[in-house]
Amino acid sequence: MAVKVIIPTPLRAYAGKRDSAEFKAATVGEALGHLTTQFSELRKHLFTDDGKLRSFVNVYVNDEDIRYLAKENTPTKDGDTISIIPSIAGGCR
Amino acid sequence: MATKVQPLTNSPNAATLSNEEILRYSRHLIMPEVGMDGQLKLKNAKVLLIGTGGLGAPLGLYLAAAGVGRLGLVDFDVVDFTNLQRQVTFGSSDVGKSKTEAARARLSNLNPDIEIESYETKLTSENALELFKDFDIIVDGTDNFPTRYLVNDACILLGKPNVYGSIFRFEGQATVFGMPDGPCYRCLYPEPPPPGLVPSCAEGGVLGVLPGIVGSIQAMETIKLILGRGENLIGRLLLFDALAMRFRELKLRKNPDCPVCGNHRTITKLIDYYEFCGVRGEEAPGPNVQVPEITPRELKSRLDHGDDLFILDVREPHEYQICNLKGHLIPLGELPRRVHELDSSREIIAHCRSGKRSAEAVDFLRKAGFLKILNLKGGILAWSDEVDPSVPKY
Repeated sequence: MAVKVIIPTPLRAYAGKRDSAEFKAATVGEALGHLTTQFSELRKHLFTDDGKLRSFVNVYVNDEDIRYLAKENTPTKDGDTISIIPSIAGGCR
Repeated sequence: MATKVQPLTNSPNAATLSNEEILRYSRHLIMPEVGMDGQLKLKNAKVLLIGTGGLGAPLGLYLAAAGVGRLGLVDFDVVDFTNLQRQVTFGSSDVGKSKTEAARARLSNLNPDIEIESYETKLTSENALELFKDFDIIVDGTDNFPTRYLVNDACILLGKPNVYGSIFRFEGQATVFGMPDGPCYRCLYPEPPPPGLVPSCAEGGVLGVLPGIVGSIQAMETIKLILGRGENLIGRLLLFDALAMRFRELKLRKNPDCPVCGNHRTITKLIDYYEFCGVRGEEAPGPNVQVPEITPRELKSRLDHGDDLFILDVREPHEYQICNLKGHLIPLGELPRRVHELDSSREIIAHCRSGKRSAEAVDFLRKAGFLKILNLKGGILAWSDEVDPSVPKY
């Protein structure tokens, strides 16, 4: 169950400059857990101190927002893509 | 899940096109998707551009070229030399001029037949509703979170579409918020990121042509909304990765619990968006990190005196290549795990480009027990201004 996690530009600095990473994971939560274990600096950008996904970060499995699926329990299968979409505001100055 | 929309303007109030207009827009008129009807819709449309910068440049140019009858331009900024890398409405001779006036001159030259209104003002909760009410479509080309939430909320309260675009370095997003059954910005992002987490273009940099692409997409969506043609980005978040040259699309759903556009609305008027976003710094005056400082002149004087000072540079390696004070380079993000490279018995002067990142570094190090540490006020930019003008500014 290898899923690909796409790392957005603002977070690449905390993920060794990588733009994606692959993990075996059965759920979104598992994949993000692997991601923040491998890149521990990412944790505070994605999660609050009590382990909740930060509200200005959206997570999608393929093209669906996990808030409308099963959130972190959303199941993932081989070949799925998890996208992390943080808000960006540049327009720009 | 793309939605076809009804055109926004009703029967056109301008009933005809002059011969000159027919010639000017001939490439529109010969397409059945536009035709005389469509061009008249454009002529009668009123579009307000929030921001005349990187996104506003292609927006203004293409909407003017297309014959949008009334364009409003909102921006309080002046043209800066560093803008010319991407804000293609402006030229070198415009540096120092008001952006709205420079844009108006350029756009009027492109299309003298349209009305262009410039609002050289900061968009605030006090003026937004009044400004927006006479326009049909609002296009968000701003560059900061408080304004994006303000534009969103004002559009929902007034029932106006909000054509959204944003960029960061080499990635862009575009969508259309504010349509009756569609999502709004808060459906996507109920809360803003804490300040300082997402760098601005000045801090993160941007490929100049990127806002050109995203702003052009916004112009395209605006024109389609006016014409009532094609499928719009309502409920679709278009993501663009310029380096990979890849477009992706994600579904955006209307959040039934959205406080501003949902079924139980709790936000029924505009709020204090700076407070909402917790912004400090140039947008809303407030304390930055307070740390002990040294001015460039004082530093120069102490160095000339032969004082044993350790210069710590917390910028990025590519900035060090542009110019440096021969400091020891530890980028701010790496400081926590490289703090062992520093000797707390020595006096440390921390600097960055403008003094903000180094203030954070000093704050961090003081909390880690480094007591002999000062922040170079104004950074290497101030060093160039006050001590050594041969050091390039960037």
